[in-house]
Amino acid sequence: MPEITMLEAIRLAMKEEMERDESVLVLGEDVGIYGGAFRATEGLYDEFGPNRVIDTPISESAIVGAALGMAIMGYRPIAEIQFADFITCGFDQIVNQTATLRYRTGGEMPAPLVVRAPSAAGVHGGLYHSQSPEAWFAHTPGLKVVVPSSAYDAKGLLKAAIRDDDPVIFFEPKFLYRRAKENLPEEDYIVPLGKAKILKEGGDVTIITYGSMVFHCRSAIDKLEAEDLSIELIDLRSIMPLDKSTIYDSVKKTNRVILAYEDHKTLGIGAEIAALLSEELFEYLDTPIIRVAAPDTPIPYSPPLEEFYLPNEQDVIDAVHRVIEY
Amino acid sequence: MAAKDLPKDKLFNLYYNMLLTRQFEDRLSKLYRQGKIFGGIFLSTGQEAIPAGTCAHLRDDDVISPIHRDLGAFLIKGMDPKILMAQILGKATGPSKGRDSFLHAGSKKLGIIPPTSILASTIPIAAGVAFTFKLRGKDSVAVSYFGEGGSNRGDFHEGCNFAGIHKVPLVLICENNKYAYSTPVEKEMAICCVSYRAESYGFQGLLVDGNDVLAVYDAMQIAVERARAGGGPTLIECMTYRIRGHSEHDEAKYQPEAEKQEWKKKDPITRFKGFLTEKAGFGESEEEEMLKRISAILDEAAQFALDSPFPPGESALEDVFAPDEGVRSTHLTIESRQKPVVSGETNL
Ligand SMILES: Cc1ncc(C[n+]2csc(CCOP(=O)(O)OP(=O)(O)O)c2C)c(N)n1
Repeated sequence: MPEITMLEAIRLAMKEEMERDESVLVLGEDVGIYGGAFRATEGLYDEFGPNRVIDTPISESAIVGAALGMAIMGYRPIAEIQFADFITCGFDQIVNQTATLRYRTGGEMPAPLVVRAPSAAGVHGGLYHSQSPEAWFAHTPGLKVVVPSSAYDAKGLLKAAIRDDDPVIFFEPKFLYRRAKENLPEEDYIVPLGKAKILKEGGDVTIITYGSMVFHCRSAIDKLEAEDLSIELIDLRSIMPLDKSTIYDSVKKTNRVILAYEDHKTLGIGAEIAALLSEELFEYLDTPIIRVAAPDTPIPYSPPLEEFYLPNEQDVIDAVHRVIEY
Repeated sequence: MAAKDLPKDKLFNLYYNMLLTRQFEDRLSKLYRQGKIFGGIFLSTGQEAIPAGTCAHLRDDDVISPIHRDLGAFLIKGMDPKILMAQILGKATGPSKGRDSFLHAGSKKLGIIPPTSILASTIPIAAGVAFTFKLRGKDSVAVSYFGEGGSNRGDFHEGCNFAGIHKVPLVLICENNKYAYSTPVEKEMAICCVSYRAESYGFQGLLVDGNDVLAVYDAMQIAVERARAGGGPTLIECMTYRIRGHSEHDEAKYQPEAEKQEWKKKDPITRFKGFLTEKAGFGESEEEEMLKRISAILDEAAQFALDSPFPPGESALEDVFAPDEGVRSTHLTIESRQKPVVSGETNL
């Protein structure tokens, strides 16, 4: 198969799952004839028709709520929220209705739906086209939360999410939509939820990250390796469930940890991992755990502001120096 | 007074405001193509009669809540074209100080609630603004603009219901331009008109030709008079058409060419010019004079915006809370670069 982008990989995952399983359907704003704001659903309407590729009004609450109703009745809907920033309009349906259904029905009613949403910044989107709201959902019991960083993972994780019997919130860093590309295997594969991936092995410092920050961590590591530092890079891929064993094994080896995420620093995913490491692995830590994350402000629009706001390669390098020199 | 009987200067002013809006947006389109605007821009070509006809009734103490396709409303409510241009170019001199994009700009002095991208979310806010006018016994009005697409969100329902219960001085302006991004109106709702919904909230819905500035003006007169007299909200649905794509990057191939051409014939500016020429002695020289004035204003605005500085990066941290709260942001670069942690300094 030729090299394809993360965006194409996502489209392909949906197409193949819809071909494989008639209960899979797609709904959202402009997903039909138009093929979605980012073109993620392009061609699906032609192949599967209006009953399985459903254009909705601007009604995020109804998009998620209707998807849940369909899920209860045995379908496997994929609900697209045009930008992750608008997921707030479907928040109740996700957090109070979807996430709790299995629990409050004594396990009888699962909610096998996927909510896909392009997330994160780096494209001058301003306050409402840039957010990384994964922590809100990771905090909600009953939801799985996924953020891929490569075309391969995006395809495999989305397929796993569609086949999963629980609700999955699937955030797609739009910064990577066309930047992340690679050759994918011809054959069907999934990437299991809840499994992190070691992108690079190393012994001095563990960097734990996900989403767009993988991109910046990789370039930081290229520079750090020139200084003879050996860095282990872990891409979480799934925020919830969190792959604790991969994290713990790495930290036991390197004893130094950087947590890099694009979300606001306070109470982001890194805060949870830092707390876990402090509880479970305190004696293995040689230095403080450092978070590289965005400031606690809304996400500004103007290029100099956004550049200042976003954690970048240099921030990762500085953090590594800080723990190495500690 | 019915719009058609207005004195010449008022009629000319309606035309001027539509022309200013169109010219301003054409200028934006050029700047966008030159790469001077970083985010998306959403233009109102063919819809200029709506802000012109509605804002014509507003006073300084009235408050508007515009959305992404309401550039004209900002200008008519008094925002300096220089400041608005600077806002759109992400400059420090814009009302959001470069923090938010395009028309996401507000002004307390001018009575403009800043839009956000979250469609229909400003309807309950405008209802709240209107509620305060009632509380204070003032005869000011609040005006909430939104698209027929946005009206399908729950916030529309909740905002209208609240406004209806409390009979607040709110005018709801639905700009029905037949498309919500790529989605045609038939896929957005099962009824033809958003204005039909007004009755279920206990107030009147008016349906007008949104490409006829005189009709828009007349409908707004009814709504504003009612609101000022304590008669509660009115919903005015202005039927119009989105001539350009959803945003400048959208070629809008999903809009049938014949349909576009049909609506181009109903262009509100050309139509009103016909009326003015016939009834008010408006001619080419008047138009030329207006265009010259507008061109000078836009040259000045564009120059001001282009010359204005970008905001400094660190200013991203300001205004999250009141300045004396002492709440510091937690940006690693700030903390670590200001006081680097030296080995042994921290007592672990
Ligand atoms: C809650 C929410 N959902 C989706 C979007 C993405 N979006 C931006 S504009 C738009 C279409 C809006 O249509 P309408 O309200 O009719 O206004 P128009 O653009 O036609 O003027 C969509 C879907 C959004 N901004 N907010």
